[in-house]
Amino acid sequence: MCVATLIAMGVNAMLEVRLYLAQRASAAIMAPLVLIHLGVMIYAIQGGIDAAEILERTRGSLFWGVNYGLFVVAVSVHASIGLRNILREWLAVRGTSLSLISWIFFAGLLTAGLRAVAAVVIA
Amino acid sequence: MKAHRRQPLYLAFLLHRLSGLGLALFLPFHFYVLALALESNAEFDQFLHWSASPLVKFAESGLVFLLAIHLFGGLRLLVLENLPWSDAHKNYAAMALAGGFFVACGFLLRAF
Amino acid sequence: MSDSPDSTKVPIAVRVWRGTPAGGAFEAFEVPQQSSQTILDVVTWIQRHLDASLSYRFACRVGMCGSCAMMVNGIPRWTCRTHVNKVMRDNRLTIEPLRNLPVIKDLACDMSEFFDKWKDSKGYFQGSTTRHESVSTLSPNSPQRRVADAATECINCAICYASCDVVNWNRDYLGPAALNRAWSLQNDERDSASRERLSLVAGDAGCHQCHSQQGCATYCPNELNPTASIAGLKRMVARAYVRGNIDRDGRKRNA
Repeated sequence: MCVATLIAMGVNAMLEVRLYLAQRASAAIMAPLVLIHLGVMIYAIQGGIDAAEILERTRGSLFWGVNYGLFVVAVSVHASIGLRNILREWLAVRGTSLSLISWIFFAGLLTAGLRAVAAVVIA
Repeated sequence: MKAHRRQPLYLAFLLHRLSGLGLALFLPFHFYVLALALESNAEFDQFLHWSASPLVKFAESGLVFLLAIHLFGGLRLLVLENLPWSDAHKNYAAMALAGGFFVACGFLLRAF
Repeated sequence: MSDSPDSTKVPIAVRVWRGTPAGGAFEAFEVPQQSSQTILDVVTWIQRHLDASLSYRFACRVGMCGSCAMMVNGIPRWTCRTHVNKVMRDNRLTIEPLRNLPVIKDLACDMSEFFDKWKDSKGYFQGSTTRHESVSTLSPNSPQRRVADAATECINCAICYASCDVVNWNRDYLGPAALNRAWSLQNDERDSASRERLSLVAGDAGCHQCHSQQGCATYCPNELNPTASIAGLKRMVARAYVRGNIDRDGRKRNA
């Protein structure tokens, strides 16, 4: 067996370990951020919300920029791995299509998310 | 549901997976709406106005429930996988579910 | 088994799956109720009195050998130790071959893949000493030994394997029994194959596929907890991966 095949096999054999670690690490990063998000939502929903109220809090704020930016990166990793599990286990998607769909979902979510963060944070 | 699946921790798994799926499908929409703020505050406000209707508020509390249950359920799994074993996971799963309802009800109470 | 049917009780309406790998269907039987009757007694009664061609597997009849497991009303059980009056609903019993394993005939399924996965994950002890060295002394109270002990006493009945949805979704998944065995060996300080075994349980059929649904722990007749063992393996593999202490060219099934 040539070296390249061995390396490719090695990468594949440990892929699940890497996905597991990425899934759990992103979860651990998001846990406090989601707690804050839940708190802010429950606090802010009273009396309705409007754009000015949200943007006043977020525009030009380093704290909210880092908070939401970190969340977007973590959630893109987390959700695409979760979706990959569902596709694989419930819809029997395998191989290249499995990787492709997961990567596309990851890229799409990341782009949309970062765009949203830019919209609410950059003044 | 098949008989062997009718046990609390399978239901906890199912709830975690379905809430995760629901959140993953909601997120692109959520990000899209927030990005509206970039283009025009008016459009963004129009959306927020729409979201103030009671029906949407109920739907939102459903999303809050999904988020809270996925958070608490996920914390339970992190505990299960990383801390010394505990035989109380059925209780923890029940607490996660109760926590999800608590947060969602809190949101609803404040929303109206 | 007492051979005196209790005529005061209504007979049990039993549906038994009959068939071959090509397909099959349920067949209805009426079996008289007896005191202290087990599911295995019911199956045996059918074979002796109603249809001698019924195939099933058993050996010890006392919960030691792990060969008589079947699906009883949709739940995997050791039939020799499962009493009819504990699991019967409305006088009905549905008996099927174990889930997640290919059927051979009727209630007997092919256990090959189940045992192959034990071998695939190096589910056997590998020592490094010879008879010329002294016998190693192990403290039964050491934390590591307690962990290993908690995971032994498996009788290979495949009830956990049948109850596991991950096996159902990913046919290569090693399954609760093999991973539980691997965990007990990883905690055996005399074993010398730890590093190799670790890479074998790390692949895309390995421990990280487990979703902690705990069907295995719920239905294990010996009250073992494979989910806890697999959680241990997940930690052990993840730690080894981060520290670079794992052979990264480990096996990938169906590569």
